[in-house]
Amino acid sequence: MSQIPLSHVLFLSTGLFFIGLYGFFTRRNMITMLMSVELILNSVNINFVAFNKWLYPQQMQGLFFSLFIITIAAAETAVAIAIIINLYRSHQSVDIEDADEMKY
Amino acid sequence: MNASSILFYLLAAGILVMGFLAVSSRKIFRSAIWLLFCLVGIAGLFFWMEMEFLAAVQIIVYAGGIVVLIIFSIFLTQKAGAELPRPISRRKIFSAMAAVFGFAFTYGLIRQFTFNENTSEPLKITVSEIGTKMLATGEGGYALPFEVVSILLLAAMVGCIVIAMKAPASPQKAAEKQKTIKDIQTPVLP
Repeated sequence: MSQIPLSHVLFLSTGLFFIGLYGFFTRRNMITMLMSVELILNSVNINFVAFNKWLYPQQMQGLFFSLFIITIAAAETAVAIAIIINLYRSHQSVDIEDADEMKY
Repeated sequence: MNASSILFYLLAAGILVMGFLAVSSRKIFRSAIWLLFCLVGIAGLFFWMEMEFLAAVQIIVYAGGIVVLIIFSIFLTQKAGAELPRPISRRKIFSAMAAVFGFAFTYGLIRQFTFNENTSEPLKITVSEIGTKMLATGEGGYALPFEVVSILLLAAMVGCIVIAMKAPASPQKAAEKQKTIKDIQTPVLP
């Protein structure tokens, strides 16, 4: 593990972050946008763990931050999917362009 | 170049390729499956970094929970096998440009910065140590965030139930429905 410089791991996480960003901009279906957000959150997790391992190997803050981020991402996904399914019930569509009013 | 670094580069290439396929595939079910492989690849990366507990949590929560939830919501809201409409090419070009320039800018900054990497012997993290730290209230304990996250999960659960609950129909409509059901259920005997 020590032969890899930290910047290569950061290349991976930066690439994953901007791939998620690209998906978030181009997709117009809410479920696929949610998937892009998952990619972005995972790239942040990789960053936390890499900084923990490479810069401060005697501590474990990065591990705890990643655990809490995973928990919050799970809660966020559950609420988002409940909203999407409810929106589908009222609008018959999960396209972001069709959801242009807050109350139906 | 030893086996460990080859493994890292393979995992990294796999994660990036599968992540890109997940955001660019036009069949929504396939893109969910690519996302699943990408998340499993990230769990493999955590294993490679000797964070076994985090890798297990990643597999359980992401691959076992979130992706299954996404696949079920696809089944509930989409026509299976239908292709998503092609994004407008102008939007596609500008998004790609934003992503590429953002990546170049960020990675340029990272390259300039010199990290003073600490090569001391890494801490061997056991699960019991994580559990003790998670509930410790003293120095370096995480009892407060743990409790806050538990409240957040409870709130999310209640919120999901309230959002997804069917709105109760007005009493008049409900009575009409009852009546039609009764008509169907008791056929007129000859």
